[in-house]
Amino acid sequence: MLEVRDLGKRFGGIKAVDGASLDVAKGEIVALIGPNGAGKTTLFAAITGFVPPDTGHVRLMGEPITGLPPDRVCARGMVRTFQIVQPFGALTVRENIAVGAHLHRPRRRDALARAEQVAAQVGLDRRLDQPAATLTVAGRKRLELARALATDPKLLLLDEVMAGLNPTEITEIVPVIRAIRDSGVTVMLIEHVMQAVMSLSDRAYVLNNGRIIASGSTAQVASDPQVIEAYLGHGAAARLNSQLQDGHAS
Amino acid sequence: MTARLAGTILLAALLCVPFVVHSEFWLSFWLLVLMFTFLGQSWNVLGGYGGQFSFGHALFFGIGAYGTAVLQVRLGVNAYAAAAIAIALGALIAAVIGLLVFRYRLRGAYFALVTLAFAEVARVLVASFQFTGSGFGMLVPLSRGIENFQFADRRAFYLIAWGLVVLGSLIALWLENSRFGAQLMAVRENEDAAQALGIDLVRTKVLALALSGGMAATVGVFYVQNYLFVDSHIAFGPAMSIEALLVCIVGGLGTVFGPLFGAVVLHALGEAAKQATGNAPGLNLVLYGVVLIVALRFLPHGVAGLFARRPRRKPEAANA
Repeated sequence: MLEVRDLGKRFGGIKAVDGASLDVAKGEIVALIGPNGAGKTTLFAAITGFVPPDTGHVRLMGEPITGLPPDRVCARGMVRTFQIVQPFGALTVRENIAVGAHLHRPRRRDALARAEQVAAQVGLDRRLDQPAATLTVAGRKRLELARALATDPKLLLLDEVMAGLNPTEITEIVPVIRAIRDSGVTVMLIEHVMQAVMSLSDRAYVLNNGRIIASGSTAQVASDPQVIEAYLGHGAAARLNSQLQDGHAS
Repeated sequence: MTARLAGTILLAALLCVPFVVHSEFWLSFWLLVLMFTFLGQSWNVLGGYGGQFSFGHALFFGIGAYGTAVLQVRLGVNAYAAAAIAIALGALIAAVIGLLVFRYRLRGAYFALVTLAFAEVARVLVASFQFTGSGFGMLVPLSRGIENFQFADRRAFYLIAWGLVVLGSLIALWLENSRFGAQLMAVRENEDAAQALGIDLVRTKVLALALSGGMAATVGVFYVQNYLFVDSHIAFGPAMSIEALLVCIVGGLGTVFGPLFGAVVLHALGEAAKQATGNAPGLNLVLYGVVLIVALRFLPHGVAGLFARRPRRKPEAANA
């Protein structure tokens, strides 16, 4: 479905993304994890056309899409959400979602009907006539998800839809994302909430300093020494291991 | 009472003016109000619904006015054909300017400045050439008759202006209930999010500017047919640009009847001030400034906002 090869993006002297490659197959939920500043959001932006990559290429369903503007990428079936939510504040929730629904629906009535449908799917159906600016953080995250979903994507890129949510809200949104996958939409997500990553995703890629340092099942990458060091610092894996062994010894 | 209902009633009342009011002065007054309402609506399409604040809308008004005048006087084109060409020209030039400025991502203050610059250049240009009447302006020869788009009875013009305002309201209504309008408002609210959802930013803004330019050019055509005269200051001067944006801001940005409310309030106040002070020239502009400040301070959503449901729903907390 998605093929990213050697993607690179540099801002001045900083290589934000440095030769990253990854694949997402149809029907998967794939997580992209990594410490703060690893380049996850930049990688998303380079894949979806918000920043033109300096090197490498991106293919969506076999078609090259490298460097296409985001609106064209969206029209081809890949849509992203924003980590920092970007609601159309003055519009109602219904109107917000309808903007996404209009992508493949020229008629207003069809778009509004689709908006209601999607709102129900993500649990915003009781807030349809509320201005988006009055939603809580959790509500805005759901709105991001709903608008993207309304474009009928084949591949959905979610940038930290759970950041800033409390544990109850997280347990509410996990089944929503699972249901989206079960409806036939492939999902790739950036996430820091490990509990969610573990319970949701089939596979994970770990990004550090702009490079993919590990990939595999979520359990595999979580125990990978390189990954532990990326999060906790140099030597952390060895210390953890010895602590574990000490624990067994005593 | 909603703003929509109030606007509809006001519009219906304005249709009766020529049949009840017999004073030539007051008929002209309301005619101007209607004309500026439609000019405001043209600005509203781009500024109110699209969030692109033009500071040089006189450019499109002037293209309509000079377009029809030059075509009739210099080239002997029939008045209706000249009108159609001038309006199309307004839309076309607007689209070309849109392609230039939106391609290079000019927005906010930069977009405003560029539109102002284009209007000023046009003002200097038409004043420099004999062909466009140089400093004297252009007179369309008086020759009344329906075939020349000139009417002896001013009420005919009044009814045309009223029809334009109805048309403008329908355009605004269409924007509020169509895909194009939804996409335009999405661009106004947040360009990144709009683009992420598949909206072509440049195309959307260029179309809005072309529609707006065509509407403003229509006002220019109407002005020339009504007064049979235009000069560079009337056509391209900043007064027309300010009028266009002021009626929207005072009346209510991005609302169907905002420009109508704004034009009625501004011109009623301006006229009252004139009567009270014995016609001091330029006083209406001072008053406009005061009204603008008051409106921005106390009516952030304009006159139309006064009609909004008063007890605004509080943001609902908890599990959104």
